[in-house]
Amino acid sequence: MADDELIWRIAGGSGDGIASTSQNFAKALMRAGLHVFTHRHYPSRIRGGHTYVEVRASADPVKSRGDGYNFLLALGDSFARNPQEGAYYGNEEVKPLSENLDDLREGGVIIYDEGLLDPADVPDFEERVEENDWHVFPLDLRGLAREQGREVMRNTAGVGATCAITGIDLEWIEELMADAMPEEIFEPNLEILETAYEQVSENYDVDAPDINVPEGEHEEEQLLMSGSDAIAYGAIDEGCRFISGYPMTPWTEVFTIMSQNLPELGGISEQVEDEIAAAALAVGASHAGAKAMSGSSGGGFALMSEPLGLAEMSETPVVLIEAMRAGPSTGMPTKPEQGDLEHVLYTSQGDSHRVVLAPGTVQEAYDHSRTAFRLAYDYQIPSVVLYDQKLSGELTNVPASHFDREPNPTMGKTLTEAELEEQPHTEDGKFLRFQHETDDGVSPRSIPGQKGGRYLVTGNEHNEAGHISEDPDNRVAQVNRRFQKLDAIRADLDENSLLAPYGPEEAEYGILTFGSQQGTVEEAVDRLNANGTSVKALAVNELAPYPVESVEAFVESVDEVLVVEMNASAQFRGLTQKELGRYGEKLHSLLKYNGNPFEPAEIVEGFETSIVEDGELPGPETKFVPAAGD
Amino acid sequence: MSAFSAIGEEREIDRDEYTPTVEPQATWCPGCGDFGVLKSLKQALPEVGRTPEETLLVTGIGCSGKLNSYLDSYGFHTLHGRALPVARAAALANPELEVIAAGGDGDGYGIGGNHFVHTARENHDMTYIVFNNEIFGLTKGQTSPTSPKGHKSKTQPHGSAKTPIRPLSMALTSGASFVARTAAVNPNQARDILVQAMEHDGFAHVDFLTQCPTWNKDARQYVPYTDINDSEDYEFDPTNRADAQELMRETEDKLYEGEVLTGIYYREDDRPSYQEEKKQLGELPEEPLAERYFDEDYDWERSYDRFIDQHK
Repeated sequence: MADDELIWRIAGGSGDGIASTSQNFAKALMRAGLHVFTHRHYPSRIRGGHTYVEVRASADPVKSRGDGYNFLLALGDSFARNPQEGAYYGNEEVKPLSENLDDLREGGVIIYDEGLLDPADVPDFEERVEENDWHVFPLDLRGLAREQGREVMRNTAGVGATCAITGIDLEWIEELMADAMPEEIFEPNLEILETAYEQVSENYDVDAPDINVPEGEHEEEQLLMSGSDAIAYGAIDEGCRFISGYPMTPWTEVFTIMSQNLPELGGISEQVEDEIAAAALAVGASHAGAKAMSGSSGGGFALMSEPLGLAEMSETPVVLIEAMRAGPSTGMPTKPEQGDLEHVLYTSQGDSHRVVLAPGTVQEAYDHSRTAFRLAYDYQIPSVVLYDQKLSGELTNVPASHFDREPNPTMGKTLTEAELEEQPHTEDGKFLRFQHETDDGVSPRSIPGQKGGRYLVTGNEHNEAGHISEDPDNRVAQVNRRFQKLDAIRADLDENSLLAPYGPEEAEYGILTFGSQQGTVEEAVDRLNANGTSVKALAVNELAPYPVESVEAFVESVDEVLVVEMNASAQFRGLTQKELGRYGEKLHSLLKYNGNPFEPAEIVEGFETSIVEDGELPGPETKFVPAAGD
Repeated sequence: MSAFSAIGEEREIDRDEYTPTVEPQATWCPGCGDFGVLKSLKQALPEVGRTPEETLLVTGIGCSGKLNSYLDSYGFHTLHGRALPVARAAALANPELEVIAAGGDGDGYGIGGNHFVHTARENHDMTYIVFNNEIFGLTKGQTSPTSPKGHKSKTQPHGSAKTPIRPLSMALTSGASFVARTAAVNPNQARDILVQAMEHDGFAHVDFLTQCPTWNKDARQYVPYTDINDSEDYEFDPTNRADAQELMRETEDKLYEGEVLTGIYYREDDRPSYQEEKKQLGELPEEPLAERYFDEDYDWERSYDRFIDQHK
């Protein structure tokens, strides 16, 4: 196994501490100077059921989960035995081993917990081991943990064994454990870590697998963060002090992080009865002068359609987060997909508009979260941050300096009482909240309780003073003014755009993608170019208003374009064609919608076989849809 | 200087200040009970000492939602059934505002029923007025959640098979700390009840019986009525939950038989409001959230610096 990266997969049962163990392991590797990236796979169950996390570590920056993996730590699923007699449960006990062999690379390593697993239950195990030249280390991890008093610590034993085989310095793990654990559990964990390390070192030939855990060094301090962390911190830095929500996977992650932080910062978090209420609360709080957000995932966001429209019509700034998961309906709660794009773009009735930003990386999640707030409050329009289960949960190292930003509590065109006096009022002194004549379509607002700012706002069409009006001239003027904002926002975004093509400028081919597939596409681009195919990519992470000029220039500059997205109906390609108004003959789709995100190799192979060679795709998990023609 | 100098201003308030200078688009029919709510509210607000600019009136949709057009204050005419979540967030963001939510029986007890239950449960410090005319008015006369059983309408031509909702019991059971019923035909009582509702520290639910002369011609006009708090026929303590429950059961059965009991059914004055509870937990700032955005001296600390260590 002479890979220049370690992709360590820890597998076990839901509730067995797989997530926390992998998080600590990733952090230890990050502290050791490596670049890390995690990928999380879990079922919609609380306890039991096959789950795994991959930790990829390399001396060079990593942008995706990578392809397959080369190190398996198969723990037992301690919840595999169903206490309910006679209930069907399947052969779950051996799943941490049996379910994780297909993608294990040749020459890879397997540590399994012989206290809980019997490889005799895995069909053709011995043959497959031989065939793939795997190095197998059976260890009684449960027994080891039991000796120290707690079975759950078999995770730690597994990490100790991993270090012995890979040569990772135990110090990194120990230091992290000391930071993360209270004294009473730190001591036994330390004991078990070292015992496992020593036993493996003594009893096995740890040099046999040719493990090459790279050495690295960071130039500056790194943070281990998920997309959800970054969105929450972006919101906080932008002065958001009100959040309302209803739990739903995976949106709950942002909601949780905000709820844990806001009270400490003098803010307010409200868990409410449903998503209609959640978004309506955000609108109400914003109306009363707070920077406010709410959010949900597909099914919950569907309920937010009405408050979203109200925010647009009443020109109340608000930020909504949409964390996509596989749909429709409840879909696959813990699996990523990018199938809510059209829902988010077009939900709500009438000529309704919003800003939609779709961060592609953890850093961008922070930036777009800030931008979403800035645009919402500067232009009095709802902003949606659209991301998915993949970006929400994967952890990666990011430079700490990226988050070292100044707070921005400004409220856009929200007036002070002194400024209010200067604003147009009716003859009898009423503030003209929705005046028609503005530079950018935004009429300044007042906040309830301010002297001289009294106005009525309504979800009905209304005149300059806020009164309900069905006057045709007023209707046209108001609609035009609300539309005018979109041009202003587009110009604003262009000025501050994060969009930049990736890869050689003069490339022959192009890949378009959006959101969480960005990093994976970029890795694929690197490989394609290394293989001699000239490709560049553009991640279109500003979706509404759509960056027509940038995308047009990109499409113009290449012969053919592959559009990569995680849904079955090519929603992003549809949007692109609609916005550009042509180029249908140039845009081919590579789609994946089996609940797993793309691996870079799938994009490479998909690109080579479909665009370059006109051949067959690697497997049924991806789908190629040729260009539509104009 | 406060960014919200209209709040807490002490001065003589003329009820005409709440009258808009723009004629609202005529939505209320002649003889509509909604005018009674408007009148009582205009009388009550100065009595509580609240100016139009420190008052935020949040309404739902329907004839009741048009209250905003007739009452000149800060106002937010929201969506059918959604006045409560909008209003309670405003009350959280700035507890110093006088927040009043208003809606109709379809709006408040039907589509907004879920919000009603939860707002009452949480005991938000605000007043909620439900215009109860037992009919959908603005959509032209369909059966509502408070329409009597057997009520015929274009959407239920054979008569409603449904038992009407019991709004007072619903509010009480859900946890409202102030539950009252009044009627447009009794303006003095209505004014008094609204004053007490606004002064109450917690969720005050006022079921306001209004007549719909256009679509509900058969509906009783809630005359005669009996004020339970004044009546000698009722031995009654509004701070006693069991008493309140018993009387509600009685009146909610009899409403459609002609005996209308109005008054304050229940009040729980020593229960802390939701705002107070949240403050105790350290989950609600002392000062209005809105205030700090206008305060140039407010120290926006490098916020999550204190949380960032967990990522290192």
